[in-house]
Amino acid sequence: MEHPYLFFVKFFELIGLDHFAHSYPHVIYSWVVMIFLIVISAFASKGISMIPSKAQNVFEVIISGLEDFMISVTGEEGRWVFPVAATVFIYVFTCNIVGLIPGFFPPTANLNTTLSCALPMVIFTHIIGIKYHGVKYIKHFLGPVWWMIPIIFPIEVISHLARILSLTVRLFGNIMGHELVLAILFSLAGLFFAPLPIMALGIFVCFVQAFVFLLLSIMYFTGAMEHAH
Amino acid sequence: MGEQALGAQALQFFIASVTAAGFGIAIAAFGCGIAQGIACRSAVEGIARNPESSGKVTVTMIIGLALMESLCIYALVVALILIYAHPQAGAIAALFGAGGH
Repeated sequence: MEHPYLFFVKFFELIGLDHFAHSYPHVIYSWVVMIFLIVISAFASKGISMIPSKAQNVFEVIISGLEDFMISVTGEEGRWVFPVAATVFIYVFTCNIVGLIPGFFPPTANLNTTLSCALPMVIFTHIIGIKYHGVKYIKHFLGPVWWMIPIIFPIEVISHLARILSLTVRLFGNIMGHELVLAILFSLAGLFFAPLPIMALGIFVCFVQAFVFLLLSIMYFTGAMEHAH
Repeated sequence: MGEQALGAQALQFFIASVTAAGFGIAIAAFGCGIAQGIACRSAVEGIARNPESSGKVTVTMIIGLALMESLCIYALVVALILIYAHPQAGAIAALFGAGGH
């Protein structure tokens, strides 16, 4: 597969860091996404007033929609985890979407980025469990009866490790597969606008994958907050 | 003589890997298609019985479809590893580089 033409990688080549830029395009594009989100958020929240401006209105719609959805899953006691959940959703969604712009590489098409998004979620699950239950959090792993502990405990530990693996590989596989299909269709029939229907499907896939990441994270948080079986 | 035998073995391994990758993703897509079809059937029947629940049923169906899709994606990642990233990749690339065009 030949190397695609990426704008910010070319920009780094001009500066002189071309080896770094060619080896780690996902890092460069995650910086691009971060700068974009910070600039837009700072601009929208500059003059917060009761009568919202257009940018503030857009952000209010997004954030209130996310918060209502999250409360419907976790209940009222889960309101304090909202900044983590909303941040990961907006970041993952923007990272997925920049892959549809020609000349941009989606950072989530690399296993390192998705692992970096999934690992804090699962670690935060355990922090929530210890914060809510203290030492009794171990009861979540022990099952209903005491004599099944040697069977249930390894299964629960493996299932928690599998959560990290599944969150990571699901997001990586979807976005990387999408990029591969776009690259292959472009090399096969690029002049006939063959990638275009795949890009239309890609908007849907990007949103659904970010949404599923958010939903699974919220469900893990809820599972850690509530009492054991 | 030893290098050529090693090259022939590496080529056989590569042929086997690529064949396995092709069959693996085909079987995964087959199972995923049937499962997602069952989910969509139940969702459409639910909406047909009770059109007011269309919003909730649609959201639940989309979530279920994405989770089933992820199983097919795992098979796709394994197929990609077999074709592009398995441990013999260096030896096989050298084989193609030395013996090919």
